[in-house]
Amino acid sequence: MSLTTDPVSGPYQYLKAQSRWRVLEVAFWLCTLLPYFLFPNYLVLASQIAITALFALSLDLILGYAGIVSLGHAAFFGLGAYAAGILSKHGWGEPITGLIVGGVIAALVGYASSFIISRFRHLTLIMITLGLGLLLHEAANSAHFLTGGADGLQGVKIWKIFGLYGFDLWGYTAYTYSLIVLFLGFLLARRITNSPFGLALRGIRENAVRMPAIGAPSHAHIRKIYTISAAMAGVAGALLAQTTETVALEVLSFQRSADTLVMLVLGGAGMLYGGIVGSAIFMIARDQFSGINPQYWYFWIGLLLIVVVMVLPNGVLGGLKKLFTTWRGPS
Amino acid sequence: MSAPDKTIPALSTQSVDKSFGSLVVAKGISLTLPQGERYALIGPNGAGKTTLINLMTGMLNPDNGRIFLGGDDITTLKPDARVKRGLVRTFQINTLFPHLTALESVTLAICERRGDAGVWWKGLPSYHRDAEEAYGILSSLKLSPVAYKPTHELAYGQQRLLEIALALATKPKVLLLDEPAAGVPHEESSELFSVIAELSKDIAILFIEHDMNVVFRFASRIIVMVGGAILVDGTPDEIAADPRVREVYLGKGHRAHG
Repeated sequence: MSLTTDPVSGPYQYLKAQSRWRVLEVAFWLCTLLPYFLFPNYLVLASQIAITALFALSLDLILGYAGIVSLGHAAFFGLGAYAAGILSKHGWGEPITGLIVGGVIAALVGYASSFIISRFRHLTLIMITLGLGLLLHEAANSAHFLTGGADGLQGVKIWKIFGLYGFDLWGYTAYTYSLIVLFLGFLLARRITNSPFGLALRGIRENAVRMPAIGAPSHAHIRKIYTISAAMAGVAGALLAQTTETVALEVLSFQRSADTLVMLVLGGAGMLYGGIVGSAIFMIARDQFSGINPQYWYFWIGLLLIVVVMVLPNGVLGGLKKLFTTWRGPS
Repeated sequence: MSAPDKTIPALSTQSVDKSFGSLVVAKGISLTLPQGERYALIGPNGAGKTTLINLMTGMLNPDNGRIFLGGDDITTLKPDARVKRGLVRTFQINTLFPHLTALESVTLAICERRGDAGVWWKGLPSYHRDAEEAYGILSSLKLSPVAYKPTHELAYGQQRLLEIALALATKPKVLLLDEPAAGVPHEESSELFSVIAELSKDIAILFIEHDMNVVFRFASRIIVMVGGAILVDGTPDEIAADPRVREVYLGKGHRAHG
């Protein structure tokens, strides 16, 4: 962020330079189109990566920007997934409204829990988010009549998008749909992080003690971003339910919360792209390693995680960024 | 709020008490800071000076007593609400935003003051007026050359100035400076205080400082605290002549913990 070393003539130009699109960003998004041409057999995986990336992006908004560590973010992903799934099971399979419903339900629960979240930090916060995640997981497990419990939610039927594009076996529609939603989510996140509100969030992350001393209502800020993040996670969950036409209890699992945190740390938190890159690395690694050794593939993820946090404290992207600036010359 | 009636003190406390268990950190603190004045708060380490600032700014809640800002009772207000009303502090130990640039930090404080900081749907460039005001504050404190540098890369003295810049960005009516020159070399500290002395006379200032030369040069009145209580309160001349103050500062039964 503060890497732009070009001479700036004034505050306005400085702010403009901070938020303008960089060439690498455009290149990155063009690369997301490569799977259509290079790996047409992997579009299903690509759509899963896009969905997970959207979920990781929602976690980045609270963790990377506001410094709120959560180990229970899957609660909102799962809520969105079940909301969209149950809606379609009961006869409304229109995908766009399904996404909205998933997002709104997750946002409502996110807003309600944000009143607790905003009061705590550090270990207490991790435990509270973990607890909320477990609560919801078990609630969904026991509400068999609604969720199908451990058997999963069956009978999800999604209509064609705009009545035109049906979901196909090869994942063309699924990937296109997921990628577009991811991109829209990214645009939203990018706007938020470049806004005055985004600056306030970084203030909370950088020094929560100073914030009230400059007149900042930190709790209100946290409630707001937590709600937005929950909504985004809910949309990601709804996407998964729609593109796979089923909802497994796993969407609410601790494993999913933890995996997403790992992806974000691998890729680099607080950089928007970190979650996307991290999800791609994680999911591709899982796909490849589990092909070689289905039982022990987490061994490699564990090793990768340890190496990355030791060598690259700001994740893969943080490392690349550093490399890029050293190569470009001293800042 | 009320029209600037000069007889209403900018800030006052009425018998404020605070203790942590059996440790009394403030007892019966009553003080009055008139508008536009520069008062010094002195006393040995552990006298409760910073605690008093924490109590006045709402970072601690008093067990008893009341706190008034411009005549309004603010005893139960949260710290950020007190800042919105014009009661602002700085910190003895730099309490800054290490990875924000100096400009971003001050812009943030201005956005908060103007109520823009909740806006997430518009980009920061739309708020360049806030950033330009921030740049102006940084310039007035001679910080414009480092405006675009991350805070943690600033020299220590510049960070001390940024502490003040952040406070000024909130447009304070009352400024509580907790050892603004703490850790700054002696020769630079009077430079820093002349910056403070030049601040608008609309701002009432209470500052904690250990350097007596600085205190006697810049304060119109001095409050001496010992062991969580106010020992004496007077003009620099009165304080200089007071035998009790001499006793506290020159030993002779040094009552470090009251």
